[in-house]
Amino acid sequence: MDNNKKKQQQEAPAELTSGLVAGAFVILFASILVSLLFGPVSIRPDRIFLEVLSRFPGISIDSGLSTIQEAIVWDVRLPRIVLGLIVGGLLAVAGASYQGVFRNPLADPYLLGVAAGAGLGATIAIVSGATNGEGIFDALPIAAFLGSAIAVAITLAVGGAVGRSTSTASLLLAGVAVASLFTAIQTYIQQRESATLRQVYSWILGRLSTSGWDEVIMILPYAAISLIVMFSMKGALDVLAVGEEEALSLGIRPRRVRWIVIGAASLAAASAVAVSGLIAFVGIIVPHAVRLVVGASNRLVVPLSFFIGASFLILTDLLARTLQSPAELPIGVVTAFFGAPFFLFVLRRRSDGII
Amino acid sequence: MSSETKQQTRPDMIACENVDKWFGDFQALKGVTATIAEQEVVVVLGPSGSGKSTWIRCINRLEAHQRGTIVVDGVELTNDVRNIEKIRSEVGMVFQQFNLFPHLTVLDNVTLAPKWVRKMPKADAEIKAKELLNMVGIPEQASKLPSQLSGGQQQRVAIARALAMEPKIMLFDEPTSALDPEMIKEVLDVMKDLALGGMTMMVVTHEMGFAREVADRIIFMESGEIVEVGTPEHFFTDPTEDRTKLFLSQIL
Ligand SMILES: Nc1ncnc2c1ncn2[C@@H]1O[C@H](COP(=O)(O)OP(=O)(O)OP(=O)(O)O)[C@@H](O)[C@H]1O
Ligand SMILES: [Mg+2]
Repeated sequence: MDNNKKKQQQEAPAELTSGLVAGAFVILFASILVSLLFGPVSIRPDRIFLEVLSRFPGISIDSGLSTIQEAIVWDVRLPRIVLGLIVGGLLAVAGASYQGVFRNPLADPYLLGVAAGAGLGATIAIVSGATNGEGIFDALPIAAFLGSAIAVAITLAVGGAVGRSTSTASLLLAGVAVASLFTAIQTYIQQRESATLRQVYSWILGRLSTSGWDEVIMILPYAAISLIVMFSMKGALDVLAVGEEEALSLGIRPRRVRWIVIGAASLAAASAVAVSGLIAFVGIIVPHAVRLVVGASNRLVVPLSFFIGASFLILTDLLARTLQSPAELPIGVVTAFFGAPFFLFVLRRRSDGII
Repeated sequence: MSSETKQQTRPDMIACENVDKWFGDFQALKGVTATIAEQEVVVVLGPSGSGKSTWIRCINRLEAHQRGTIVVDGVELTNDVRNIEKIRSEVGMVFQQFNLFPHLTVLDNVTLAPKWVRKMPKADAEIKAKELLNMVGIPEQASKLPSQLSGGQQQRVAIARALAMEPKIMLFDEPTSALDPEMIKEVLDVMKDLALGGMTMMVVTHEMGFAREVADRIIFMESGEIVEVGTPEHFFTDPTEDRTKLFLSQIL
């Protein structure tokens, strides 16, 4: 009897069940739909709903939307939603992966210098006037991406060289040092060019503004590559979770797994940052929320984080663009507003042995 | 068959010569020289901190030694990654803390390394895993999660997991020290079966009954040195060294 009860409590799904996947899809789909229906320009939601329906194959109804309204739905709201989906998914999966690699539930996708590097790159692009805010050839995302790539590369080179042992601590310390250095340089440049302060600041707070589909197209290849790699390594992370020595003694090479995951997660974070600025907390709170529901197995946490991260960012962006419309709140402010309290809640739970 | 014959007639599986190992300034192994023959079972005894774990961990390169040579199954352990990989795939290790993969079922724990490292097809790996679980006496637990098993059962899964890689040598570092006394015997029985089946084994343990009954030879270490080597009979009835006598008087 007693034994049975114990069994039920501890039986957590070890594999992705179709129920979980279906649930994740429903949440994501609902978030997309809600974000399509509402926005700063008020268009009757029932009409948008009909408009969405009319796009399904085999259904022809007249939604009654004007051409401009149709354009708002399909060319303004939808690309922004898709960008939120990609960025939110990337940040959450990168966060889950970093947390798996470092076996530290508070690891963050910006950990190894991604944020500071992107900040410096973006600041340079802004103060030098290289950015024109125009789509795919704009210098800003490229500079941000390069900045984070360089920062992470330095972190890995320094931390990896120092850390000849199996420890990840030197990598984390190198990340902290590199981030401080890049932030210092960024602050210095920004102080000298105070006229652009506002622009830099708004970039740092993060935003999902789009010019049509350009950003989506830009980020898509990097997103695809990094997600495929991170998804395929999720089982390996579970192996690392137990301990280095067990893995080694079985002939599994934890180091290689770690490098691959760190590389992919950094690519994901850097490409997300490049198009959307520094959106805080998604990479920490989403994997945690998922863990609270399905347990700690990375084979569940990593893929589900994608759906929940995507949904979370789509919905926070809806808040960011409607709460104070016509003004937009920086999305980073909204994620932090919800993220920080949740984070504190998680910290408290930690002492209860949840994580 | 007495141990001398095994050692004399069979080729060396493990050969350590003048192995030195430092942790910073502290020398944990001092000129350790010993051989272990194919199919031989050697129990390593010694007080806490004497370097037993360090030595056993050097043999599958979880620690690197700094001087001397360690040859395992004809391959010398150097910094050459290929050698290390070859050795690790031939040497199974069971730790005191039986860290099973908590999110994997017992069966998946056992099949994981064969599937990943040996690229064994899933079906084959599972057939093999079930045989091993049968061998360690828990065929009915295959679909459970580790947390649903007792400590003794978990340690038996850990043994099956190591055996799934078909090692030629099994290293055990205090495999029963973390167990409830009631569960020690079931694990020792599995190890005994393994020894009878001809596995080459190096076992660090405080279980004197096991040492007496199963070991071909006993190696006694203290302060990073091998003090005395001999058959269980010699060791328990007629030890030569004073340090051995003192150790035995403390534990027996
Ligand atoms: N990673 C390490 N760094 C520094 N010193 C170490 C390290 N590992 C072991 N030592 C030291 O080396 C000595 C031998 O340790 P070892 O763990 O091999 O002893 P042991 O014989 O296995 O002891 P026990 O019976 O307690 O397990 C000890 O003094 C220990 O403090
Ligand atoms: Mg020890």
